Amino acid sequence: MYRNLTIRQKQIVWAWAFLAIPVLFYVVIRFYPTGNAMLISLQNWNLLGDRTWAGLDNYAKLMQDEVFWKVFKNTFVYLLIGTPVSLVISFIIAYHLDRVRFMHGFIRMLYFLPFMTSAVAMAWVWRGFYQPVPVGLFNNYLAAAGIPQIEFLRSTTNALPSILAPAVWAGLGFQIIIFMAGLRAIPRSYYEAARIDGVPWWTVLFEITIPLLKPTIVFIVVFSSIGFLRIFDHVFNMTSNDPGGPLNSTKPLVLMIYDTAFNAFDMGYASAQTVVLFLILLIVSLIQLRILRDR
Amino acid sequence: MAATDNIRASTETLFSGTAQRRSANMGQILRWLILFIGGVAMVMPIAYMISTSLKWPHEIYDVNLIPKEPTIENYTFVLEDGRFYMWFLNSMIIATITTLSNVLFDSLVGYTLCKFRFPGRYIVFIAILSTLMIPTEMLVIPWYLMSQQFGWLDTTWGIMFPGLMTAFGTFLMKQFFETVPDDFIEAARIDGLNELQIWWTVAMPLVKPALAALAIFVFLGNWTAFIWPLIVTNSVEMYTLPVGLSTFGDEADVQWELIMTGAAISTIPTLIVFLIFQRFIIRGVVMAGLKG
Repeated sequence: MYRNLTIRQKQIVWAWAFLAIPVLFYVVIRFYPTGNAMLISLQNWNLLGDRTWAGLDNYAKLMQDEVFWKVFKNTFVYLLIGTPVSLVISFIIAYHLDRVRFMHGFIRMLYFLPFMTSAVAMAWVWRGFYQPVPVGLFNNYLAAAGIPQIEFLRSTTNALPSILAPAVWAGLGFQIIIFMAGLRAIPRSYYEAARIDGVPWWTVLFEITIPLLKPTIVFIVVFSSIGFLRIFDHVFNMTSNDPGGPLNSTKPLVLMIYDTAFNAFDMGYASAQTVVLFLILLIVSLIQLRILRDR
Repeated sequence: MAATDNIRASTETLFSGTAQRRSANMGQILRWLILFIGGVAMVMPIAYMISTSLKWPHEIYDVNLIPKEPTIENYTFVLEDGRFYMWFLNSMIIATITTLSNVLFDSLVGYTLCKFRFPGRYIVFIAILSTLMIPTEMLVIPWYLMSQQFGWLDTTWGIMFPGLMTAFGTFLMKQFFETVPDDFIEAARIDGLNELQIWWTVAMPLVKPALAALAIFVFLGNWTAFIWPLIVTNSVEMYTLPVGLSTFGDEADVQWELIMTGAAISTIPTLIVFLIFQRFIIRGVVMAGLKG
């Protein structure tokens, strides 16, 4: 039968034969769960009892939940500090590293190394650094310099930036590498022309380099924003005695989802939170693409 | 005044070449120095982790980077009960299988979407691409329920099934198969190879660098994955390295030398792999980052 098919028909058969398993995978492991999450968000369900229809109750409850608004704010603080800080630092390093020849590969390796570590391991290492005297490295240095101790993880104001620091640190290497690739892609002739015209370096930077790097910047901003909005590993491991604490001051949305689903077993409520996370990610990505592409 | 200015101006024109070069050199040296110090600062947390893991408990309060009396006692103690070996093995198995699965299926799908013309092609492409927008966290609850139903909780399969294929990898491979000339495939067809053979023996070898980039990303992603393994496992034997380390950290409480040792055990292998394949990995990261 196969023999009687035309070349085009044979191609169709092959294509679908190749796609059969993957399509099944995407339907069962991606699309069905997506729909299911949305469905469960409209139900009340504690995993043991019956699933009952709740309509938009879970969403209404969320809007009135003080913890949710606290968590919502935290999530955006992670984003609004993390993304610009890591963007600026990684750009400055990439910009200068691009002009360095001596031991270039070695220095690049130093900056990239943290990207190869696991978030969980490094969260514990940094947690150790943040301990009070005599254990914590940072406080030991402060003590040696005669500066008062800083409560890093136990303070409601310092804990969030303290958790953000290792997250930014681990991601820098990746962003630097991407920036350097972007810098390399700018034609040398532009710089030559600017040099012959005697254009000062800051004009070159703002009129040539940064505008031509726009696709790279868009990519890094979107990529790192999604990462910061989904922060979990660092927070969970650095505050595991009181996840998201102290007083929910570090709790991001993903941790709230985890708690609601797997500690309180309130599946409907947790699903509603995941749908909100999905919408936040979608909206933030779209806004960023819009703003950064148009300008 | 005017005269001195004139003199200065003329000497400046005379010497400006060397002066500029000298200041440029100084600037260059300063730039190098600051970058170098910054780079050293970047690896300091890793260095301190390793250093503390080699210290005796009484010495960990010391900020010295080099332990006075280095010891591997912490490693013997942490590895003694065999849990870390188990977690290491679990992580290795899971990361390896998911990597192989991604390399195989993502490239097969990417190739099909790139090189075949068939009804439904566009829909399949858009559908797979759209899953990029769905965060894992939205799927963990349905996956958990699914695993509960099918008895996948606390099994290796349960940990790895969500990651067997990725839209990111599929998209990356599709981009790279665009660079494979259609003539090659046509020629192979005329030679009588079937489509499976063409994909495997003609197209795949031409995108090896992309496959390597994909493999690095998938492996690293699964090696460090935390939230899903945390949810789906509940017995100590099934933990992956990150989940195991997380529970170990809570258990070791304030014995920081042991925590640092555990962290080092789970970090050092990837660092060694990175140091060996450094150039190759960085190239792969750039490729995946820019094309994916």
